[in-house]
Amino acid sequence: MELDPRGQRFAAALTSAVIILVLATGSGWLALAQAVVFAITALDPRKGPYSYVYRALILPRLGPPTEREPVAPVRFAQTVGLAFLGLSAVGYLTGLTTLGVVAAAFGLLAAFLNAAFGLCLGCEAYLLIKRASVRA
Amino acid sequence: MDVLGIGVIVAVLVVATTIGLWRRRTDGMIRDEAADKRKRAGLLAAAGLEVVELPDRKSPSANAATAAKAASGAAAAAFHGGVGVGGAASKTADGRPGVVPDAREEPGVVEENSPDASTVGESLDQGLLDRLGVGPAPVTLLQFSSAFCAPCRAVRRVSTEVAALLPGVQHVEVDAESHLAEVRELNIWRTPTLLIVDAGGHVVKRATGVPSKPQLIAAVADLLPEA
Repeated sequence: MELDPRGQRFAAALTSAVIILVLATGSGWLALAQAVVFAITALDPRKGPYSYVYRALILPRLGPPTEREPVAPVRFAQTVGLAFLGLSAVGYLTGLTTLGVVAAAFGLLAAFLNAAFGLCLGCEAYLLIKRASVRA
Repeated sequence: MDVLGIGVIVAVLVVATTIGLWRRRTDGMIRDEAADKRKRAGLLAAAGLEVVELPDRKSPSANAATAAKAASGAAAAAFHGGVGVGGAASKTADGRPGVVPDAREEPGVVEENSPDASTVGESLDQGLLDRLGVGPAPVTLLQFSSAFCAPCRAVRRVSTEVAALLPGVQHVEVDAESHLAEVRELNIWRTPTLLIVDAGGHVVKRATGVPSKPQLIAAVADLLPEA
């Protein structure tokens, strides 16, 4: 299974906008909603809510993709996003606002880098985490 | 509206843009191993002595860029005409004994390395190469990839194309995750990382990210034996 990379960039841009709203309003429920979106997309990137928006509104204007990308990096990135936004929602909703802000800030950093530069922070960190956690 | 939240948004966007622009500048740059090693040694010495001054930087030589360009041009020409690739390139390099690695590391400029291969990079022991599945070849493009790595594909494409174009060049792709001991030994920190290994098993150059095809051809052409 392969994906249209432009759809992922679009989803990342939408995600950035949502997290900016989370930080601006301090809404834990919005953070939770974004976490749910991450969870659905991590399970199947083609069934992600932002993916439907992309296919309905953007794809018809762009035409079919010239290249496709594998699904594994996208799922991994979505899982990293889920971890951050889940933590952020817990923070905001339990009154640990600092935790909510810090976790959302990391989520925004990763989403914005993906949207603006096509850089996947979670994928970059993957080998570092493996190097640090697995003793060979 | 949350004032703290707005501040955090602005700070994150500034940091992200800085990271993104820096990465865009340095991604895929083919760096010279020997020069990098000297730089690291300098940094370590500075840190060990707790001296704040920066490590010694050679004055950036205009010749380095010119020579690199000439070499890449020669390589491209030789590649099209089928004339001695390594010969043309190394003559340019040898003709300018004053060429030093450009400490500023401009993107798009492949660093020239010392013509004496024995001083360049570290020699990898045969066991390590065997574990990575690297057979003997004049030049090996040794690529480290991981499953969650979209740019690894682009590096694979560029490397296989270069290996198909230039005789004597082989491309070996290794899954970093299943070779963590070797990954540590070779100082691989992120994927994709491409090591250019010569016939003697020296890591001569390395690139993290996606190098461009002309850059890679120029870097490899320097190492090929004279035809």
